[in-house]
Amino acid sequence: MTQQSELQATFLRALKQYGGILLSLVMLCVIFSFLNPRFMSVVNFMNILQQVAVVAIAAFGMTWVILLGEIDLSVGSIIAVAGMVGAQCFAFGLGFAPALAITLLAGALMGMLNGVLTAKLLLPSFIVTVATMGIYRGMVSLPTNGAPAMIENSTWTAIGTESFLGLPIIIWVVAVLFLVNHILLSKTSFGRRAYLTGGNREAAVYSGIKVDRLKITIFMISGVMAAISGVLLSSRLFSAQTNAGMSYELDAIAAAVLGGTSLAGGVGTMVGTLIGALIIGVMNNGMNMLSVPYFYQLIVKGLVILIAVWLDVRAKQAKR
Amino acid sequence: MFASTSDTILEIDNVTKSFGQVAALKGMRLKVRRGRVHTLLGENGAGKSTLMKILAGVHEATSGEITLDGRPYRPADPQDAAALGLAIVFQELSLCSNLTVAENILATREPRRFGFINDKELVARARAIVADLGLPVDVSEKVGNLSIAQRQLVEIAKGLSHEAKVVILDEPTSSLSDSEAEILFEIIARLKSRGVAVIYISHRMEEIMRLSDDITVIRDGEYVSTHDRDDVTIEALIALMVGRRMDEIYPPPAHEQSASTAPVLSVDGLTRDGDFEDISFDIRPGEILGFFGLVGSGRSEVMNALFGMKAAAGTVRFEGQPVRFRSPAEAIARGIGFVTENRKEEGLVLSHSVGWNISMAALSDFTSPLGFTRSRAERDAAAQEVGRLSIKTHSLDTPSGSLSGGNQQKIVLAKWLLTRPKVLILDEPTRGVDVGAKFEIYKIIRQLAAEGTAILLISSELPEVLGMSDRVIVMHEGVIGATLSGADLNPETIMAHATGFKS
Repeated sequence: MTQQSELQATFLRALKQYGGILLSLVMLCVIFSFLNPRFMSVVNFMNILQQVAVVAIAAFGMTWVILLGEIDLSVGSIIAVAGMVGAQCFAFGLGFAPALAITLLAGALMGMLNGVLTAKLLLPSFIVTVATMGIYRGMVSLPTNGAPAMIENSTWTAIGTESFLGLPIIIWVVAVLFLVNHILLSKTSFGRRAYLTGGNREAAVYSGIKVDRLKITIFMISGVMAAISGVLLSSRLFSAQTNAGMSYELDAIAAAVLGGTSLAGGVGTMVGTLIGALIIGVMNNGMNMLSVPYFYQLIVKGLVILIAVWLDVRAKQAKR
Repeated sequence: MFASTSDTILEIDNVTKSFGQVAALKGMRLKVRRGRVHTLLGENGAGKSTLMKILAGVHEATSGEITLDGRPYRPADPQDAAALGLAIVFQELSLCSNLTVAENILATREPRRFGFINDKELVARARAIVADLGLPVDVSEKVGNLSIAQRQLVEIAKGLSHEAKVVILDEPTSSLSDSEAEILFEIIARLKSRGVAVIYISHRMEEIMRLSDDITVIRDGEYVSTHDRDDVTIEALIALMVGRRMDEIYPPPAHEQSASTAPVLSVDGLTRDGDFEDISFDIRPGEILGFFGLVGSGRSEVMNALFGMKAAAGTVRFEGQPVRFRSPAEAIARGIGFVTENRKEEGLVLSHSVGWNISMAALSDFTSPLGFTRSRAERDAAAQEVGRLSIKTHSLDTPSGSLSGGNQQKIVLAKWLLTRPKVLILDEPTRGVDVGAKFEIYKIIRQLAAEGTAILLISSELPEVLGMSDRVIVMHEGVIGATLSGADLNPETIMAHATGFKS
């Protein structure tokens, strides 16, 4: 096979796999550019990418969890905790690097708790993370008694506000995390084990896959991704807010599911999730530019998610 | 003892049932009389279940006549069968554990008032049914709180709550203790005295000889003979049940076993309360050790313990060293493979590709030090196994769920061959595969043994165990009944040990 035809085959396969949601994304863009001529511009697309970054990164973590047939509803709360942990580190006089390390560690620990409760105590992850969603959210307010905490570390705030090589740093972060997650999922044996375990847990156990350890690790990935989202969000806001990231877990789930991740487990890709997150970002941005009232935005978003997932399901059934 | 025709309540005449090309029943006959217990005797796969499912209205006969009480009997579905007067109690429990005994017994026929379920009446009716049968259960108890044996009795009460003319009991004592079985036998006596006919299916010979009035033997989907209980012996029945020609589908062993090689696996006194007790055996490289036993004899539980799925007491030595596997991962690392009984549940990830399934248990062999999957090497190895086992698949990327049963089973085999096991456990390796694939699987097993793999072959099919094994361990109710080899490897001896008739 020549190099070119191999590329062509890859392209065709991608089109087949992501055709449905790519079409939804393009259609949304076309509609919004008709309604508002300023929508179709490089500046606005940069905007969309920055706005969607927090949800996209959380959605990368969520994709792992859903792939395993589990769910993580504590993501929004972890985002808020992460911001507050960072703010408190600075309040204690720590520098940027240790503050970042501690923040990510906090995310990993919160994810680990979710994972251990799910894997070792055999509690359903839905229940576990509903509970920790509340617990983590409550913990955000502990240091400040519910008040927001200002963040004045200039490196931290630079992440959300400055550029590197002409691109906002925030976009670099999303790009790097996308690549890391994509490679980890599609090119390593760790990713393969996640696919196999999500597809049939029993068969995975009998084939020698250490399913419990895998599950805990994946909840930790979700926790770390949420913590990074929390860093980005707090740097954009120059502060840690107690209600930061509220209900972001739902956007993250929507992004993953729009991207073709199956809630039954075993199926999903990071590419799909990225496209799913972009659809959500485009909708938010487009409707904001048109000054659509917030409650209408909720209704439209819900309907678009339903239609996109339905189109995707139909396309996949037709293939069989 | 010539019964008048009016005595016959159910008559099955020349009934045939085919599934596609496969004939499950050929010219089946059965005459069941009022007030008598008629036992249906046959090996696993002889066609008992198919016949019962036709009577229950689950399947439709391909040809032949069935009459119930002198009228043609063709139930459209199980509810229709019940309405026509045929009650069936299946082996698998079909109760809802979150509902009460009363709600289960009268499920779908709850007494109603103004469209709502009349709870008082429901409990009263259920209590009457239970009292009538003399069952020691509280009807307002949730089924989930009952023991398995009590559930079995509730299942029976549910089956009998219809006004039944014929009652079918499919291995009803398989999970009952002796005293609970006595309750069941009393129920059966009561039914008989009311003129109800009972069709009884069981593997326990002593029980059969005690309960039955008539015994019909079937084999390979065909009627063999019917006997009056008093005119026949257990030995004669076992011979009739298994008396088939040994097909030449079992390839001969490649070479003679040498007894001098050291065992690769030695098991001593393996015990887990309630599952199995004092299991001891050795297996040498290249040996095929058969495990035979009826359903519930504990064979699969022993294998699960050996494979590190569940803990058990006792000593296991692998290549001379004591081992205690805490997970399948550890067992696999030492060189044990396990082709599990249910390929769809424990064997395959049906939604994923043939290639992924084949490399699944050997994934670490295809992983670079940095954790990346070496996909070229992986695909080459998978393709080689596909070729070696002649798995018929469009490509390595085809979802394994879209392949036929035989090819799916070969994928599971390929998965374990790729781990290069020293000991390979095969639990019902040919269940649900066609004859052609069966033969190929037997050839693979022989070849593996010739290459020095020790094989533990668990099977419910007597001819398979006999045709393939060098030695056979017969299990009965969680203990080893006998270890047979040489001249003792014959159907009669094995069956006698498996049914607990000889010990």
